[in-house]
Amino acid sequence: MYQQVAWMVSIVLIALLAIAFFYVVRQSSREGNGAAVAAATGRWRGRLLWGVTLLCIPVVAYTLTELPYARGAIANLGTVEVQAKGYQWYWEISQTELPVGKPIEFQVTSADVNHGFAIYDTDMKIVTQTQAMPGVTNVLRHTFEKPGTYKILCLEYCGVAHHSMMTELHVVAQ
Amino acid sequence: MNMQKEMPAVGAVKVYAAISGVVILLMMLFGLVMRMTQGQMLPIEPELFYQLMTAHGIGMVAIAGLGGSAVMWHFLGKYVNLRAGFAWANLAFFLAGVVLVLGGIFLGGFAAAWTFLYPLPANGMGQWGKHAAAAYMGGVLLVGVGMLLFYLESARAIMQKYGSFARALGWHFLRSGQDAPPATVIASTVVTIINIIAILIGAVILTMMLVNLYVPEIAIHPLLAKNLIFLFGHVFINSTIYMAVIAVYEILPKYTGRPWNVYKPFVWAWSATCLMVLTVYPHHLLMDYAQPLWMHIMGQIISYTSSLPVLALTLTATLGSIYRSNIKWDLTSALLVLSIFGWSAGVIPAVIDGTIAVNQVMHNTLWVPGHFHLYLLLGCVTMILGFTNWIANKEKAVGFSGLEKAMLWTFACSAFAYALMFLLSGQASVPRRWAVHLPEWLVYSQIASLFAAGVVISAMTIIVRAMGGIIRPARQA
Repeated sequence: MYQQVAWMVSIVLIALLAIAFFYVVRQSSREGNGAAVAAATGRWRGRLLWGVTLLCIPVVAYTLTELPYARGAIANLGTVEVQAKGYQWYWEISQTELPVGKPIEFQVTSADVNHGFAIYDTDMKIVTQTQAMPGVTNVLRHTFEKPGTYKILCLEYCGVAHHSMMTELHVVAQ
Repeated sequence: MNMQKEMPAVGAVKVYAAISGVVILLMMLFGLVMRMTQGQMLPIEPELFYQLMTAHGIGMVAIAGLGGSAVMWHFLGKYVNLRAGFAWANLAFFLAGVVLVLGGIFLGGFAAAWTFLYPLPANGMGQWGKHAAAAYMGGVLLVGVGMLLFYLESARAIMQKYGSFARALGWHFLRSGQDAPPATVIASTVVTIINIIAILIGAVILTMMLVNLYVPEIAIHPLLAKNLIFLFGHVFINSTIYMAVIAVYEILPKYTGRPWNVYKPFVWAWSATCLMVLTVYPHHLLMDYAQPLWMHIMGQIISYTSSLPVLALTLTATLGSIYRSNIKWDLTSALLVLSIFGWSAGVIPAVIDGTIAVNQVMHNTLWVPGHFHLYLLLGCVTMILGFTNWIANKEKAVGFSGLEKAMLWTFACSAFAYALMFLLSGQASVPRRWAVHLPEWLVYSQIASLFAAGVVISAMTIIVRAMGGIIRPARQA
């Protein structure tokens, strides 16, 4: 969902920016009162700064309520723990058949260099990701809502066969 | 400043601008080759693709630095006494560094991406050896040493004229409302402060990694290394825009007849940027879950706030300066106005990507080159091209030829569409830095290649014509 939101918001705001530039450039060959334009520019500057500030505060506040970082132990006894380790250029995953609807805790690390552990859904869209770093374990929690074959792709450049570092997860209904 | 002092610096600026133009063009060609390879329109092997990717990344970062330095040196030199020897010393270190970097990549096979993320340079898996990695990292270190000399000379000259960084930043003006420093001095002071810090941090991690290459027992914590690399990289690449935008501050008023005035929000904005650009880099590590939580939250919040002050003020001031100004349009003024559009447009998807929830599905997809090609290709590079054209035309407005108008529109539309194709691909979860794309992703790369060709053709025309203007007086002399 966030992919579509990011795309639509970006396109709309860039389009508004382009309209502003086109309008001003079309007006640029006319001669205006410099002092009046400077005063108007100051007013627009204030509107822009206040407008963006008032828009951003609730957006930042809301999005910070949905952080993906795992803190503390999961109370749910049904949690499935999966160890995932990246190597140049393959994944070693302790369990590749996973249940729908149960929280999965991926404990992600690397044996050599940095890798990216990204889970793609059946439509090849990213659903979540974390980094796989040597000497560090990143804990990624995710609950699969649909059965199917998900793919793990490496999203951190790790050398000449980086693009072939893929594997699959089979999410099944119980 | 007398002519005897000024001439060598002018010569250095012209050499900087000429080298920048040639290298920018070469890097654009590398970009075209990479997109065509991803679209399976060229039979390039992954080994060479990743070498080109590494060269394209470090080449663009370095040349944006050199081109931005040309702009800053040229205009800052009008207010403070810069010694030309430092500009030449910077260039000598730059060229020596480039030879080492290119040798490491194309002779040694080094292909760990421009970010040289630890410990990949020491783990080439047979594609490159430690000497190639050392040549690359040593070369980057040399480029950094040259830049450090450049900024230390800027710092000396600014302190000599203004007495302190505080005065050069205009803090006295906030209290008294009197005697504001020029916009160029304020921007140059900010860049000088942040880049001295960033380059020193870059030198620390590069030196640590060079030691680790030959003495692997001296290991570095990968998360610490990543923090240091992205702190250095983020600040340095942002500084290229902050240097290049000086061209807008200085040149655009000559076309509009409206001076670029310094007012209190402008001073506040640049001082705030000085602090925020140094603290925003954790937004590159939002998917490193082991980072402290406060750094993630700080990364998101400062992503939203860091771009806003200077950009919003520069954007509104640019639009206000051309609105009903009876501006004299030519290639220089058009490129400079276009660059502010590119910078502003690029910040929108960049800030959105700095949102943790969005980053979780966009990090390291083609969304990332999407936003940075907007503010670097259509922003920073376009500022540098505008500046190059300005000095090629002997710092005069010259009018627009039909060919120039056609090339400007081709460049603007192609570069914009090229960046949008990256954003669209990122929205479709296409990874960045993949030599071989899945069949369902090929169409994005194939369409993008067409726009890349448009960028190369138009930029080549603009750059070749500017080179002619820069070289001609030297021949006459």
